[in-house]
Amino acid sequence: MCRLFALTSRDPVSPMLAIKALDVMKEGHDGSGMGLLLQDLGGPFEEMKEAPILSGIFSEEGIRRLDLFMMDLGFLTKYKISLKVPKKPVEGIPRRDLYLIRAYELPEDWDSLSKEDMASRLSGIRLKIREMGEEKNDMIVFSFWPDTIMIKEIGDPLLLAQYLGLDRKELKARIIMAQGRQNTNYAIDLYACHPFFIKGYSTMTNGENTAFIPIKDFLTSRGIPAYSGYQSDSEVFAHILHYSLEELGLGIDGYKHVITPLQESDLSVHPDAGFLSHLKRTCRSLIIDGPNCIIGTLPDHSLFMVQDRKKLRPGVVGGKPGLYAFSSEICGLDAVIPDRDKSRDIQPMHLDTVIVSPDRQEVAICRQTEALNLPL
Amino acid sequence: MSSNRSLEPSALSINDLPWQVKYSNDRCTLCGQCTAVCPVQAIELTVFRKRTLKTSIRRQAEQVTNQDVFYGIWQRTDVAHACIGCAMCTLVCPNDAIHPQKNPGLDRMKFHINQQGVPRRRGGRRNAAGSILDRIKFTRISMLTDPALDAGRHEFEMRTLLGRVLSPRENMKRLREKGWIPPVREIYPLIIGGMSFGALSPTMWEGLQMGVAYLNEEMNMPVRMCTGEGGCPPRLLRSRFLKYVILQIASGYFGWDEIIHAIPHMKEDPCAIEIKYGQGAKPGDGGLLMWHKVNKLIAAIRGVPQGVSLPSPPTHQTQYSIEESVAKMILSMSMAWGFRVPVYPKISASSTSLAVLNNLTRNDYASGLAIDGEDGGTGAAYSVSMDHMGHPIASCIRDNYLNLIKIGKQNEIPIFAGGGIGKNGNLAANAAALIMLGASGIQIGKYVMQAAAGCVGTEEDRCNVCNVGICPKGITSQDPRIYRRLDPEDVARRVVDLFVSFDTELKKIVAPLGRSTSLPIGMSDALGIDDVAAAQRLSIKYVV
Repeated sequence: MCRLFALTSRDPVSPMLAIKALDVMKEGHDGSGMGLLLQDLGGPFEEMKEAPILSGIFSEEGIRRLDLFMMDLGFLTKYKISLKVPKKPVEGIPRRDLYLIRAYELPEDWDSLSKEDMASRLSGIRLKIREMGEEKNDMIVFSFWPDTIMIKEIGDPLLLAQYLGLDRKELKARIIMAQGRQNTNYAIDLYACHPFFIKGYSTMTNGENTAFIPIKDFLTSRGIPAYSGYQSDSEVFAHILHYSLEELGLGIDGYKHVITPLQESDLSVHPDAGFLSHLKRTCRSLIIDGPNCIIGTLPDHSLFMVQDRKKLRPGVVGGKPGLYAFSSEICGLDAVIPDRDKSRDIQPMHLDTVIVSPDRQEVAICRQTEALNLPL
Repeated sequence: MSSNRSLEPSALSINDLPWQVKYSNDRCTLCGQCTAVCPVQAIELTVFRKRTLKTSIRRQAEQVTNQDVFYGIWQRTDVAHACIGCAMCTLVCPNDAIHPQKNPGLDRMKFHINQQGVPRRRGGRRNAAGSILDRIKFTRISMLTDPALDAGRHEFEMRTLLGRVLSPRENMKRLREKGWIPPVREIYPLIIGGMSFGALSPTMWEGLQMGVAYLNEEMNMPVRMCTGEGGCPPRLLRSRFLKYVILQIASGYFGWDEIIHAIPHMKEDPCAIEIKYGQGAKPGDGGLLMWHKVNKLIAAIRGVPQGVSLPSPPTHQTQYSIEESVAKMILSMSMAWGFRVPVYPKISASSTSLAVLNNLTRNDYASGLAIDGEDGGTGAAYSVSMDHMGHPIASCIRDNYLNLIKIGKQNEIPIFAGGGIGKNGNLAANAAALIMLGASGIQIGKYVMQAAAGCVGTEEDRCNVCNVGICPKGITSQDPRIYRRLDPEDVARRVVDLFVSFDTELKKIVAPLGRSTSLPIGMSDALGIDDVAAAQRLSIKYVV
């Protein structure tokens, strides 16, 4: 089972904090890979919140092709961090030319674009770069979105962090999600590595998604190009989140009703029974059935955790005003926020969605049996 | 027959018959029960003459010839009275003195069963034991990658939807705009398929209805039953139990006068309306109720004269094209119940099924599609239709489901599969395989008759006399002397047994696959088969 750790902090912190938690939870993952998402960035990126940031891994040839491609589109580099790796290879970490984190100036003609058009164009560019990279095996791209950095690589998380120099001062964020990979189901493929990102939404999950194929079939037939990839059965959790909130207009309190709807007896006495039975029927193909703990972020920088219908996975949320962390195990939380009031730790149960909003003042619990904000 | 007489071409010996009655004179008590119960009078009590000789090696000794007689059972060999293998004789024999045996050689009666130019007609099944569904295995077991679920103790929701489900976005839009949203029923995925009142005996029908009512009201299992084309008893139409019933309309419109007139008096809407365009057992052929079974009651419910055969036309005569058929009829039926009742067509599996499906996807009023495969049963059909016409269900369901995925409507039009599901007794495994290939639910007919009423039919051309009303178990007979053999209470109890045990088996299949909160429709990654070509055709894994 993969180990997950996420934090949301008033002050930007180094990703090393999350990696430390992964290291503490190392018993639970085989160190076969790490995925990292940084959002609500600090440091130099603080000043360029609107600039889309491209995160990925490139060969020398790939970076040349990328530059040509981006210039053709009218993107100019605004700021970049190149993670240059040590010359001496480290066992278990593949040799790469360049880990790229590059913020771009938007082309001038994009100024008049609506938010949706902008999102769809940025996502289109990411998919195009991915496609180009897959052709020649010279580019891997994880995200292309404002205020967002993603790093993924094969190898032990702590060794990787040292290898990539992730403790550098330019890398600071208020939202950090990290996953230590337990590679069981699929061959190691960086596109199969959590967290997954789509247009400002990101999730990471542990556990197998047994309903993967019907969900994938449903998403890929929605006519939305970004609903693609699926090297991992967990990628669909991010896309369902996007679909629920963007396409259906639900709030985060509705997400759990899509993936793990209430059963008939609870549904019939719910204050929004009528609406929810419609939602359950129409989103039947999006019901997840596996044992899964999902941690995710929203474009407004809220952080949330939901559990599967049977609550078969561990997950704990705790912290103090200004700093909260979501962890798949308590020892991870202890390592990062030892001075919190542990009696206020929350382990979300099968009906709960736990949310820490961007003000980072408290942990809100939304139970599935409560009334929800209807998008009507 | 004497050896010096001329032989008729159709003169048969026991050796030519499909079923041979094995009889032990030593054990027979001559009680006569077997001859009385035989539905086709294949056996009769006869006096046999036997000559015994007593000879001696001594030349002087007297040679004695005795002519004895004894009584015993004689099997008739003419086509009309050929044994059908039902084994009712064995069932009633107190001494195990008699049983039919399948002729291990060639059944030559086949060449003579068209006496007076009438080809063989029969009820029952295709009589082909092979089943691709039986060969499908569930190979994706969650064990250490994730804890498998507990079929006995975890919560499950094995329900399906019957009705047109809009896309999430469209549904949301109509909720917002307070537009019309098609009716959808949440039902149990195993449905008792269309078997008419007329094809089935009153006791059988009553038993099924009671069983279904019990399952709904006591077991919390929303099981539904389709009427078939034969109308519906007036009391049921006006009762609260109508909500458990899918009313079928077919090309003969039998019973629909009564139904239409009952609409203002209905306390509940029916579960759904099934428009039958085709049947897997005899695709392209209409329903048939032979005159033997059209008694006073059946005639009254169907609104026809007594004692006449009722062949429904092969297609709905008021329409001339698929667009007409589907669009107009679905709309008319929807309108009759104020657009509150799902209406869907049932067709026989065919390589043209996709065309029908594509047509339905563009029609908001179409609530689903039931597809009946070649192994479907029938109360009466020409043998040639049953044996040689039709399309296997597995690939037809798969093609249709994959087509829905292609256009993104896989959750919108539920496909129901029927025809030979559980024909070798593996109901839950066959049903689960079809669900994972893309079916939203399963219709069964013959299985219910076998499990709930003891139908003796097998895939070896056994019995198959449903068409002429002499069903030895009273399941498809309209003769009170025969159907009183069947107690409706017993049928109801067995219907409940069947569904409850099916439910356990279904959970035993889906739980190890890590599924419990929704029916695993289209979960094809769980399936494997030991045949490359079949795996390729069905887009599932090849496993050996």
